Amino acid sequence: MALLSEPAVAIVGARACSPYGAQVARMLGRELATAGVLVVSGLARGIDGEAHLGALAGGGHTVAVLGCGIDRDYPAAHAALARSIGERSLIVSEYEAGVEPAPWRFPARNRIIAGLCAATVVVEARERSGALITADFALEEGREVFAVPGEITSALSAGSNALLRLGATPLTAAVDVLESLGIQPPPDRAVAANPLLDLLPATADELVRRTGLAVGEVIAALAELDVAGLAAEGDGIYRRLA
Amino acid sequence: MLARAVTFALVGLEPRRVEVEAHIQGGTPSLTIVGLADRACQEAKQRVRSGIVSAELEFPGSRVTVNLAPAELKKEGSGFDVPIALALLAASHQLPRARLAEHASCGELALDGRLRRVGGVLAVAEGARRDELERIICPYEACAEAALAGVEPVGVRHLADAVAYLRGELEPPEYIVGNGKPRRRPLDLADVRGQERGRRALELAAAGCHNLLLGGPPGTGKTMLARRLPGILPPLEEEQALEVTRIHSVAGLVDPDHPLIGYAPFRAPHHSASTAAIVGGGPRLRPGEASLAHRGVLLLDELAEFQRPALEALRQPLEDGELVVARAAGSVRFPARFQLIGTMNLCPCGARGDPGAQCSCSAQRLARYRDKLSRALLDRFDLVVTIPRARALELQGGPGEASDPVRSRVVAARLRLAEVAPKRVAAADELLTRAVERLPLSGRGRAKVAGVSRTIAALAGSDAVLPEHVAEALAYRAPSELATP
Repeated sequence: MALLSEPAVAIVGARACSPYGAQVARMLGRELATAGVLVVSGLARGIDGEAHLGALAGGGHTVAVLGCGIDRDYPAAHAALARSIGERSLIVSEYEAGVEPAPWRFPARNRIIAGLCAATVVVEARERSGALITADFALEEGREVFAVPGEITSALSAGSNALLRLGATPLTAAVDVLESLGIQPPPDRAVAANPLLDLLPATADELVRRTGLAVGEVIAALAELDVAGLAAEGDGIYRRLA
Repeated sequence: MLARAVTFALVGLEPRRVEVEAHIQGGTPSLTIVGLADRACQEAKQRVRSGIVSAELEFPGSRVTVNLAPAELKKEGSGFDVPIALALLAASHQLPRARLAEHASCGELALDGRLRRVGGVLAVAEGARRDELERIICPYEACAEAALAGVEPVGVRHLADAVAYLRGELEPPEYIVGNGKPRRRPLDLADVRGQERGRRALELAAAGCHNLLLGGPPGTGKTMLARRLPGILPPLEEEQALEVTRIHSVAGLVDPDHPLIGYAPFRAPHHSASTAAIVGGGPRLRPGEASLAHRGVLLLDELAEFQRPALEALRQPLEDGELVVARAAGSVRFPARFQLIGTMNLCPCGARGDPGAQCSCSAQRLARYRDKLSRALLDRFDLVVTIPRARALELQGGPGEASDPVRSRVVAARLRLAEVAPKRVAAADELLTRAVERLPLSGRGRAKVAGVSRTIAALAGSDAVLPEHVAEALAYRAPSELATP
């Protein structure tokens, strides 16, 4: 239960999500979890599942809030995911064991998700999505609501875009959420501590000469910095970012 | 009187049997060649007449008809001179007809009766072996080449020698492969100072057969590096060597002293090359540079200066490893499994990427320059490396590592890749997934990174692809500034 005292963020959205939505949900889940944020969602198919998966991949904690008894495998496709969440983190439900999943129980479950979290992120939502109900609960409680901008022609993004129009904060990176919670984004500690960073700007060859490392090691380290968003190459010269 | 000689015409790389029939009948002295002979082949008349006279043999003083059968097959080039002359001499009873029919023959005649080398002797000899002819009469210099096909070459220097041999008066002279001359050594990597990143990319390209694009301002050593790739490639296997030699033979590019091309060939066509010059074709259906680079390296120096159609035509061989040149009369296949190395400046004026120079290119000019390379072609490069201008300090260093140790590593890595391709460990998979999310990396881009990371692992002697291998592979993806949509 100590888990629930950590800063928490809900990631919710459509069950039938697009590949874009799935990618964003997983990325957010992982990055938030890596930064030490508790990722809360509803174990549903689509966005919910991706957010849980991302959080687990990031080595962080994630809480699944169910709309049925915690002994039910619902949805069946997420049985394995539910087990690994149960082992590493927490699955909660306000219902007794054995209670059937039912459509009218899910909005009530959304109330708990919103309540647990300091902020709610809606990744993709149709016009009348359950995710919007979660957002409504969050707003009533005065919590922060983020929405991921989607294509204006896509029905899958109609709900999340409508939230933006009503004044939700557009989410462009996991950092946006972290800032609103007052958490310093810890960019991959091991990578950030890389001593090569202090030698930039330089070409790979110069780094090889100055550090005495093998060329393959230097290039691998530079690429890791690149993936972590700490350095970038332009015309053969690596420069430090930010 | 009628007599026959056997030779072979080339359709692409394939020999087709041609019977050269000579018929002598009464009438006004004349020589007519029929059977779809091209211009060079028609001119054989004059060479054959002078050659026979120069060899102090008798040119028939009556009507002579030479037929090249089958008549519907187009015959090209001067290699028919010798079979025509021999058939004619047999028809006029100057040499035994039966013995001539047991031999294949080819070669061009000089006016003084000497034999000159022609292209495609290997293919003709292979045709002879296929048709179970045991000997081929050919110019002396082409002996070593003909012998590769497994038939016994009868190398002669003069038409008179060929006649003497067929009459049983002369044994064919011995031939010596190589004439004692050493083969030219490929350029060595020891000449390259500094350039650690470029050298590394070259080694990876060699180990994994990856296509490599080197970018950077002029004078940074891109071409110098690229030209040293053949020196670190493993030698060809025997079957491959024969395949490569056949192509070079048809193009007339075989070194008479060392006919078998046992090393990876290297071709570097100039950027003014036409599409036909690069992919093959033309009226005589010759293999192009892409086929001549089969099992070797095709270097396109100043890639963006090539004509766009010529570059786009390379996409087929890069995908299929062969070129199909289609003609109304049928199509011809040329093998073309080569490794592509491109070099280019980062902008048309060349100053980009050079801290000491100011680029004067307008945005449109820059866009036009980069548009030359379609995304599709750029996508074929597994390794993209920018070589910045080296500082004077690096050039003062000693010579770099020589080619020989690098080649040993390349050979070891290739063996390892051929046995069991290394697999990614979970952490490496995770890094790759993270990179696909963060970086502009397409599905094909992901596959390329995965392939290159396997090569890096194999080169490191590792049985598994570790995260650092994936990380290094990520550094060789095409930078976004080259990838104009």
